Order: sequence, then C-alpha cells, then structure tokens
Amino acid sequence: MNIPSPLQKADYGAGVPIDIDRDLRPYGPNGRAGERRAKVGLYILLGVMTSLFLLFSLAFMLRAQYADWRALTAPLQPLADPWQLWVNTGFLLGSSAALQWARVCARRQQVRAMQQGLLLGGGFAIAFLAGQLWVWQQLSAQGYGVAGNPANSFFYLLTGVHGAHLLGGLVAWGRTVSKTRRNVTLKKLGTSVELCAIYWHFLLVVWLVLLVLLTSTPETFAAIAKFCGF
Amino acid sequence: MAYAEIAEAEQLHEPHSFWTRYVWSQDHKVIAVQYSMIAIFVGLIALGLSALMRMQIGFPGAIESIDAASYYQYMTMHGMIMVVYLLTALLLGGFGNFLIPLMIGARDMVFPFVNMLSVHVYLLSVIVLLASFFVPGGPTAAGWTLYPPQSITAGTAGTDWGIVLMMVSLAIFIVATTMGGLNYVTTVLQARTYGMTLMRMPLSVWGIFMATVLALLAFPALFVSAIMLLFDKLLGTSFFMPEMMSLGKALDHEGGSPILFQHLFWFFGHPEVYIVALPAFGLVSDIISTHARKNIFGYKMMVWAIIAIGVLSFVVWAHHMYVSGMNPYFGFFFAVSTLVIAVPTALKVYNWILTLWHGDIHLTVPMLFALAFILTFVVGGLTGLFLGNVIVDLPLSDTYFVVAHFHMVMGVAPILVIFGSIYHWYPKVTGRMLNDTLGMLHFWITFIGTYLIYFPMHYLGFLGMPRRYYEYQDYEFIPESAHDLNAFITVMALTVGAAQSLFLFNMFYSYFKGKPSGNNPWKATSLEWQTPETPAPHGNWGPKLPVVHRWAYDYSVPGVKEDYVPQTVSMEELAAGAEYVELEEKPV
Repeated sequence: MNIPSPLQKADYGAGVPIDIDRDLRPYGPNGRAGERRAKVGLYILLGVMTSLFLLFSLAFMLRAQYADWRALTAPLQPLADPWQLWVNTGFLLGSSAALQWARVCARRQQVRAMQQGLLLGGGFAIAFLAGQLWVWQQLSAQGYGVAGNPANSFFYLLTGVHGAHLLGGLVAWGRTVSKTRRNVTLKKLGTSVELCAIYWHFLLVVWLVLLVLLTSTPETFAAIAKFCGF
Repeated sequence: MAYAEIAEAEQLHEPHSFWTRYVWSQDHKVIAVQYSMIAIFVGLIALGLSALMRMQIGFPGAIESIDAASYYQYMTMHGMIMVVYLLTALLLGGFGNFLIPLMIGARDMVFPFVNMLSVHVYLLSVIVLLASFFVPGGPTAAGWTLYPPQSITAGTAGTDWGIVLMMVSLAIFIVATTMGGLNYVTTVLQARTYGMTLMRMPLSVWGIFMATVLALLAFPALFVSAIMLLFDKLLGTSFFMPEMMSLGKALDHEGGSPILFQHLFWFFGHPEVYIVALPAFGLVSDIISTHARKNIFGYKMMVWAIIAIGVLSFVVWAHHMYVSGMNPYFGFFFAVSTLVIAVPTALKVYNWILTLWHGDIHLTVPMLFALAFILTFVVGGLTGLFLGNVIVDLPLSDTYFVVAHFHMVMGVAPILVIFGSIYHWYPKVTGRMLNDTLGMLHFWITFIGTYLIYFPMHYLGFLGMPRRYYEYQDYEFIPESAHDLNAFITVMALTVGAAQSLFLFNMFYSYFKGKPSGNNPWKATSLEWQTPETPAPHGNWGPKLPVVHRWAYDYSVPGVKEDYVPQTVSMEELAAGAEYVELEEKPV
C-alpha cells in the first residue's frame, strides 16, 4: 500500500496508528457471544444495587450512633437470640444453592435436573420471604412497630428493601420457569437460569451483610463506626 | 459471534402501526424524541414558574394570587423540574438515546424493550409530579433540597400530599433512569461496531457514558433519602426527624438527624451537577471541533478529564453543607477536593480554546451556542471557586451570589449546550435544517439576556440580599437600588422567557418547511452523519454496519482535499481519492 507520508500521520492525536487488519476486527463485544450483553447489563444493575445497599448501611451505622438507639439484639430485646433470622438465612442459602445447581445442570444439558433446581430455588426463596414476613409479624405483635425506635425502623426498612429486590428476582424467575414450559432453546434457557443464579448469589451476599449489621450488638456498631472514623 | 455480526444477521422487524411506531416504539431515535418532548414540556412549566417568581420579586404584589406559600411552591417545583426532570432527562434520555447507537455504529440500544419502558416510566414520574399541583395543599414548598424537618412539618405548604407525591415521583424517576442507564452503559460497552475502539468514540459518547455511570451510582442516594423521608412522613419513624415542637406541641419524632439527610442528598446532589455537565462537555466538544473544522485538542486528555471529574465528583458533596453545622474539620477536606476538581475542568476549557486556535471557525448557530457555553461555564466555574472555599462561602452562603453561581454553571451553561446541540443534530432527527435567522435571533436574545439576568445577581449577593425570601421590601440592609435592579432582572427574565417561543416556533415550523438537510449538512466526521438515509431508518444502517477506520476528529487533515475525513473512510480510499499536496516545512 503506497500512502503518502503525511496521510500516514493523518490519525494524529488519536494515538492509534492505522492497521487495517486489526481495525477490521470487531471491537465492541470482543468477539463474545450475544448473551454476554444480558450478563453485562445484570452486572451493571448489581453495581447500582451495591450503591443502594451501601448507602442504606452507612445511614444505618450513622444513625446507630445516636443516644436513642435501642438495638433489637440487645439483651431482653426480641432479637437477642435471632434464631428466626438464621432459619431464614438457611432458606436463602438453599435457594442460592439450588439455582447454582440448575445453572450447572443447564451447562451439562441436563434439562430435567435443571428444572428441578430452578423450582427448588424459587420455592426456597418464597419460604425465605414468608419467614421474613413472619419475623415482621412477631416483632409487631410484641409491640416493636416500625416507628417505635430507629433500630426497629431500620430493621423493617432494610429487610423490606432486600425482600422487594428478591420479589423482583422472583418475577424474572417466573419468566424463566414459564420458558421451560415453552419451546425455548436450552442455550437461551441456560442464560436465563444463569442470570437468575448470579442475581440470587448477590442478594445472598447482601443479606449476609445485612444480617451482620442487624444482629450485631451496639458495641460492635460503635467499634465499626469508630474504625470508619465517625 | 460479535455484536456487529449478530446485528447484521438478525432480521429487522419494522413496526407498522401508529402505536408501535410512535407510542410503544422500541426504536432508540423515537424514544429519544419522546424523552425530549416530555422534558421540554415539563421544562416550559418550570420556566413559567420562574416567571411568576420573578414577578413577585421584581414587582411585589403585582400578581395578587402569589402568597408566601405559593411562592415557595413555585420555587421548589422550578428547581426540581429543571435539575432532574428537564436537564437529566433531556441530556441522558434525549441525547443519550439518540446519539449513542448512532455514534458507535449500533442498530439500537441493547435492551430496546427496557428502553421503551424507561421513557414510559419517566412519563409516569412526570405525571405524578405534576399531579401535586392538583391535590389538596398543592405541591411541596420545601425547596428543591427537601431538607427535613421543615419539608414534612406542618407550616410548610404541601406537607400532606405534595411532599409524598414528590418523593414517589422521584423514586419512579430513579427507576426510569436506572433502566435507561443500564442500556446506555451496556450499549457503549457491548455494541460498538467494527473498528470502534473506546478511544475512537466521539467525546459526546464519552460524556454521556460517564454521566450515566455517575447517575447509576448517585441516584441510589436520592432514592435512599426519599424512601427514608417517606417513612418519617407516613409511618412516623425518626430517621431524620429530631425531637421538636411544632405549633406549640411536641411531635412524636425523636432523635433523628437532619444532617444525615443532607449528606445523603448531596451525595446525590453533587454528582448530579456533573450528570448534567459531562454530557454537555461532550456535546460541546463535538460541536466546536466540527464547526471550527479542527480536531479536538488533546482528545486523550479530554477523555481522562471526563473520567477524573466523574470520580472526583463523589468526594466533594459536603461543600454544599459548610453552614449546616457538620464537623468543621470536614470543611478543609471538601474545600481541597473542590479545588482539585477544578484542575481537570480547567483542562477541558483550555483544550476547547486550543481547538479554536487557528481553526476555520464557522459562526453557525450551534457554534455560537457552543462558544457562549465556554464563556458562561468559565464565569460560573470561577464563582464556584469562590464558594468552594469555606471562608468565602460563609458570608456568601444563602445569598443571591449562590443563585447566580449555580444558574450560570448548571442552568444556563448546559441549556446553551442543549440549544446548540438541538440546532446541530435537528437535521439528523428530522432531515430538515432549523431556520438560521430565527436561530440567530434566539441565540442573541438568550445569550445577552441571561447575562443581564445573572450578572446583577452576583452584585445583589454581595450586597447581602438573601435567597429564598418571599419579599424584600422592608429590610434595612437591602438598599433601594436593589429593588430597581430586581425589577430590571425580572424584565430581562420575562424577555428571555418569551424569546424561547422563537425556538419552539422554529422547531415546529422547520419540521414542515425547513430546508432539506441531506445526510451530512455540517460535513462532520462522526458516524451518525454517515447513515445511508436521513432521518435514519429503524436499524439505522441498512444491511451492513459501518466499519470505522479512524477517530472522530479528522478535520482539515494536511494533504487531503476535503477538510474532513469521515470515520468510515479507510486509508486506501483516502489515498485513492485524496489530492495529495506536498506540505511545506514551516519554521517553528
């Protein structure tokens, strides 16, 4: 190719010398599969949710420093022994594990096992939500209403927001289940299952962090807050 | 298989009915127009509200229906609409939707259905917001910052319904922005065409991309504060509400922290400034480069400056809170970070000016708006340096100096870019040029008018005229001359407001009667001007996606006959078609 020398420099400023072979390679998706798009979209959504829960947690820690805070986990308070929350955590763990199982089975093309994993995962998630509602109901029955103390308010708020996100996940889960009943290729189905599993794992991690926050003693908050410099 | 190959292999489903084409459309260009029209509509309402406020300040009592409560309601709605529902929605939802796929050579956004939902959810948020004008008590009068305890305590207008609708509307808006934002970011990352590297993207895409990242990370802070404030209002919790007396009796709340709200609000609020500014930076870079027929100076620096500003914008929020009663030691940190952010920002301004240097400047209407933006942004930015310093901020806080500053820097400046961009890209949207004479008239009235409005406000601020007062008549420290100046500002504001009808008429008139533009009226290099048809059809590109061979700024390349080389032209084509001129060595 005989190109006059000033034109060779025509791309100046961009710092990318002309190289036809390389530039004709499709850059954008880096040669990845189309389903990659959905996954990237999901990861970005998880980034947004991380920001959301992080800010809720920071608000929680800041507010917990004020004198009127009566932690639900203090002695003689309803969550001094938070065994109900541990049961629910078990449900959510089971849910996440089942969906992971479905994801693995989809990769191995085991349709039947994948469907079972998917249904089990959803079932556990519904059990978790029911369990959380039961904790709410117990708390309010014992007179620990949402406005009683900021600690109560935060308990309802954080579990509520987390539950709402799980509920949103269940909508996606429902769509995936309905896909198993329709004539959808295993590849597409596998992508949906994978997206569900990733979302569930993320919500599990969020729940574990929230659990630590919600069940820590006031002294722990004070130590964490001190560590963070509040 | 790569995005571009999939996109070429997929069948296009051209919508046929009116409803699928214009209402429930999944075409990013239609969605962009929907976003823009809703935003401009709601922006006009906010403009009307500002006219009412100015009437009250300039000619108190002239409109009898304005009392203190309604004045604060107008102020609140004006601020919130302009910042969130107009600027954010128009720059991200309007320009982002229209330009991203066209500029990176994609068929559409990667999630068209979510994109469609986004605009309809946005419309819902606007409806909920405007509904507050028609509920008992009217819209909230809390000021656009919605600080508790005042925003939800009796005595402020709109504490029953207005504030609730405001919070709900904001929450809905955030959902819409998140749905749109997921699309913009994923599209930029995943759907670029052949040869479109990140460092070949036009700066418009970079600006919108980074602003979207900021929006995705910062809007959750507003969501958190809105939800918690709703809890305080509706469920009687005490997240933000301290123990206090209202109308002679103690409220049920106790121990909450109003400053916590301010931290959350401004953790959103400051990045919001850059959510508006970064797209404007990007758009203006492209306009300047195109109309000065010169490559943008320091492209890489410009990209890194956008990223640096984006990152830094998350660590300056408390400079809005110097007088809030927060720990005074914070002031030092936030003043420093505020001054640091001036470095990449100034770098951008220098690069714009160096782009103009020795350029072949065409004073078209878009270019005039772009030049006016640079000037306005410098003026507004410099007063920002004043206010970023604690010691200067303390006396100037809550005066008209602040009002002048933020209107210059994040009101007028981005609006000038939006106007310039509409004049610039309108031909691509409609296939017709906007009328030049009307455009010039619109520009000069708007440009000179806004300076006549906001320059005197700086002076009023120095005089000590406080902001957020409903009337200024009987204060000893406000001299008589200030009232004359206020009347003058009001006249100017009404003039500029009325001049916008020229723009609206131009958009409407040119849609039918404008000069046909052809594909590339500005002889621009970037991809959106290289579509096979204008307006671009559904799917944008015909059967094959464009192939990108160069960056977006090959203007006036030495040795090439035309003064622009589109991104789609390869070196072979260039070598074959170019009239080669021997360059003279210039003495340095």
